[in-house]
Amino acid sequence: MLDVLPHAAATPLASGTGRDGVAAGSPALPAGGPGPASRGVRTAPGGAGPGAEEPVTALLTFTVAQQICGVPALGVRDVLGAQAITRIPLAPPEVAGSLNLRGRIVTAIDLRRRLGLPARGPGAAAMNVVVEWSGELYSLLVDAVGEVVALPASGCVPNPPTLDPAWREAGRGVHRQAEGLLLVLDVERLLAIG
Amino acid sequence: MDDLLADFLTETSEGLAALDTALLRLERTPDDRRTLGEVFRLVHTIKGTCGFLGLPRLEAMAHAAENVLGQYRDGTLAVTPDGITLILHGLDRIKLILQALETSQAEPPGDDRDLIDALGEAAAGRAPSVRAAAPAAGVAAAPLPADGAAAPAAVPVPEAVSAPAPEARSTPAPEARSTPAPEARSTPAPEAPATRMPEAAAADPVGQGAPQSIRVNVEVLEGLMTLVSELVLTRNQLLQLARADSGGAFAGPLQRLSHLTTELQEGVMKTRMQPIGNAWSKLPRLVRDLSQELDKGIELEMHGAETELDRQVLELIKDPLIHMVRNAADHGLESTEARRAAGKRAAGLIKLSAWHEGGHIILEIGDDGRGLDIPRIRAKALAQGLAGEAEIAAMSDREIARFIFHPGFSTAAAVTSVSGRGVGMDVVRTNIERIGGSIDLRTAERRGTTFVIRIPLTLAIVAALIVEAGGERFAVPQLAVVELVRIGGSGARVERIKDSRVMRLRDRLLPLVSLPALLRLDGAATAAADGASPAGEAGFVVVTQVGPHVFGIIVDRVFDTEEIVVKPVAPILRHVTMFSGNTILGDGSVIMILDPGGIARAAGLGSEAGEEDRRYERERGWLAERSDASTALVLFRAGDETPKAVPLGLVARLEDIPVERIELSCGSPVVQYRGRLMTLLPFAAGWSPDPAPGARQAVLVIAEGERTFGLLVDRIVDIIEDRMAIELMAGRPGVLGTAVIAGRVTEIVDCAHFLAQADAQSGGDWFGTGPAPGARHRLLLVEDSAFFRHLVVPALAAEGFSVTAVENAQQALRLREGGIGFDVIVSDIEMPELDGYGFARAVREGGAWAGLPMIALTGRVTPADIERGRAAGFTDYVAKLDRSALLASLRQCLEHPAAR
Repeated sequence: MLDVLPHAAATPLASGTGRDGVAAGSPALPAGGPGPASRGVRTAPGGAGPGAEEPVTALLTFTVAQQICGVPALGVRDVLGAQAITRIPLAPPEVAGSLNLRGRIVTAIDLRRRLGLPARGPGAAAMNVVVEWSGELYSLLVDAVGEVVALPASGCVPNPPTLDPAWREAGRGVHRQAEGLLLVLDVERLLAIG
Repeated sequence: MDDLLADFLTETSEGLAALDTALLRLERTPDDRRTLGEVFRLVHTIKGTCGFLGLPRLEAMAHAAENVLGQYRDGTLAVTPDGITLILHGLDRIKLILQALETSQAEPPGDDRDLIDALGEAAAGRAPSVRAAAPAAGVAAAPLPADGAAAPAAVPVPEAVSAPAPEARSTPAPEARSTPAPEARSTPAPEAPATRMPEAAAADPVGQGAPQSIRVNVEVLEGLMTLVSELVLTRNQLLQLARADSGGAFAGPLQRLSHLTTELQEGVMKTRMQPIGNAWSKLPRLVRDLSQELDKGIELEMHGAETELDRQVLELIKDPLIHMVRNAADHGLESTEARRAAGKRAAGLIKLSAWHEGGHIILEIGDDGRGLDIPRIRAKALAQGLAGEAEIAAMSDREIARFIFHPGFSTAAAVTSVSGRGVGMDVVRTNIERIGGSIDLRTAERRGTTFVIRIPLTLAIVAALIVEAGGERFAVPQLAVVELVRIGGSGARVERIKDSRVMRLRDRLLPLVSLPALLRLDGAATAAADGASPAGEAGFVVVTQVGPHVFGIIVDRVFDTEEIVVKPVAPILRHVTMFSGNTILGDGSVIMILDPGGIARAAGLGSEAGEEDRRYERERGWLAERSDASTALVLFRAGDETPKAVPLGLVARLEDIPVERIELSCGSPVVQYRGRLMTLLPFAAGWSPDPAPGARQAVLVIAEGERTFGLLVDRIVDIIEDRMAIELMAGRPGVLGTAVIAGRVTEIVDCAHFLAQADAQSGGDWFGTGPAPGARHRLLLVEDSAFFRHLVVPALAAEGFSVTAVENAQQALRLREGGIGFDVIVSDIEMPELDGYGFARAVREGGAWAGLPMIALTGRVTPADIERGRAAGFTDYVAKLDRSALLASLRQCLEHPAAR
């Protein structure tokens, strides 16, 4: 039972101007999605079958070097196209720099570097998944943004022990999906750098 | 109106407002214990405060009401509407009195007997005749309808009637200097005008109950400030866009928006502003207490208390201020007797002044006391190794006084009792620098000390200079920027050799920090490695001051200054100390704000370790024997091809003077230098000025205290750090010896030799032995205390001695075994293991030194000691610290060797 929800976030975005972010939070989610209660959301009434009452988690999916990853959609504030990023000298290598999101300064984390993947090829623009964590905004630089999916918690299996340490550290578990495996990333652990 | 009363009024009117509601609730639900408790507590608080402030009428009124409520609370009396009405009447009376109090600062005369009696009756359980009681109220009491609408008419302030409409109050009048209450607790500011502006105050009583100030949670104000900051940024962005699109339909409205934004920003900033007097309010009491405690007459003068600054800044300077006033009273001011003896007024004066100056507040804390004890500070700085001898000798008194800001300088008890100042002055400095301020001082012996603090008006929005380095832009807080110097092309030249770069800025050598290199920006590595092409260096030097340290930051480009809103960096970047925050520029881009303090530390300027290192270098400069620490050396060429080196610490400046300015005096070259004649000494024999027109001459300016001379060299090659291990002693005057430096055999210059020579030429040689090369006396100093070594070595070296200092007698004797010769020995007496007497006996026993004059240097000079010293073999006995006696003794010993 994998309700794939419609979303606005994956729409290609004009790049570079920094004023055209599309809020991925509320409009993209079903009524139950951004509810104040918890991370767990319930599938809409009339959803599929007997498992409808099972708690599900809304995840925003994206790809990093072909790997499908997801972060809890409730923590996502914005999804932006390529942005002008100011480099921060002497910062940890994972920190790509900072950018301006409607007057707030957002620290960009290059997920490729964070996960020990090869750098993005020249000319390949990164998408920004802006998340909020302990009052600060961070942008996760990803290759492409997918969609918001609601996945049942039961479908999540622990990280395979053979996983690369950097991934194991940042990953919360894996969902098996038709398109491939979806690695659920833990934002807090992703940001545990520097 | 004093703050206490102002606080009371605000608090009480709030309490009364709450009481009205609570009482009405109580009337509806007489059994509500909680409400009853709340009402009782409120009335009780009012009563207590009135008693404390000495307001008997209010107190009596509140007390009567409290009595009734107490009965209610204890359950001895049932809550009745009549009782409540009576209490409400009592509260109305309290409100009336409060209004009068607010206007006239005193309780109005009047009699509340009627109400008090009625309440007393009620408390006693008798049903009083409310109707009868109320109209019979005293002078001030109007008929008291519960809503109090008619009340103002009865207030004994006639102006009230003609006072302006309530709107006048709701918009804070511009002349009402300060807006409300950024602090949750106290709201003194708005009340203050009342004392000065009776006509404004008169307007107030009209608004019965309508407060002229409201309390606003600090968070709300902070939130507003943040929003305004964002608005300013957005406005800046819009303006930038509009500039590109001139003449558009947006121009007009945008202009208007811009103005409004500025006004809004100023308004919101104003809500955060508080008079600095708020931070001073505790000081009169503090000074009074100190005056009694210390038994000194102390007067406190305060000027400019109304100067306003951001409350955040205000909070941060409160403690340093108290500290400094305490210091001034405790240490700065002399005792009453001492002041009388010095012909001063018996009472000492502590003067605080504050004023605005270009976006800053200047705050001065001065006393008319004894002033700082510069010699003591100098000695202490030397003893603590904060700077080398030569460095200290070259310092002005003001520079020396600044040592009191040095971390750890003051912690030693000896300094507080001696130098007077300094407990925690480093903490004060740190606190002030943390908010982007700076501190300096002026001191004059017997005239007092004044500390000058410069702090930004606000921390939220600062002016910053935008610079570019390595393709990235950065903001440098304007406050730290002293000046901008263009380099390359027609501008100043960066003398850059290997890694250390310096620039000549007027009369000083300015250490430079390359921003691209420091921040490891792209291309920086290649540029740094490309040391051979200093000509390629073009750009600007941002001359920056952090505390006493002035240094230059090399940047590629300089843009204009911009008002920026400082935002903290993300937590994951906090460890990068080079930045104090980040911000968004008008064009929407994010930019990092450089922290000059962090840069200074990263560059090794002003850090403890750095200074320790330098002290070591100086020390090694003199203690050539056992040099294992590295020393900064200036390498130069003169005469032959062998590189020559002189410790950088001895070089005051590197000069490049036009040859035509060199003149001859008695056949010796001199130059007019900084208003004086400076002797020029050619390093190499056979020097002659370059006859080519426009030729320039490289000069190393060597300074030792007041005395300077220029050493003429062919070319300054490099400044390097290396161990200065002298391996071969020199056979040539002017050269200490030879060392391998940077892989090359290098001659180490003996500055003392040239110093003596310069003295001879300027007639200052008072040894009388003549400056003939080789006649310079070699002196061995045996002294276990590093402090005295630091004191004595430069003094002697400056007098032309070639000094070798060792820590103990054993080391000295090893030098003897090593065949090193001296002309005279100066030795301490009290030393561990082998003391001075033992050492003297060992010297006299035989060997090469047996016949040398020996001078004992000691803290004890009694006839018995002198006798004992002579018996052990000392030639003379001199008190430590008596420099002239030592020199006289040395002269005598050396001139008349037979005398011993």
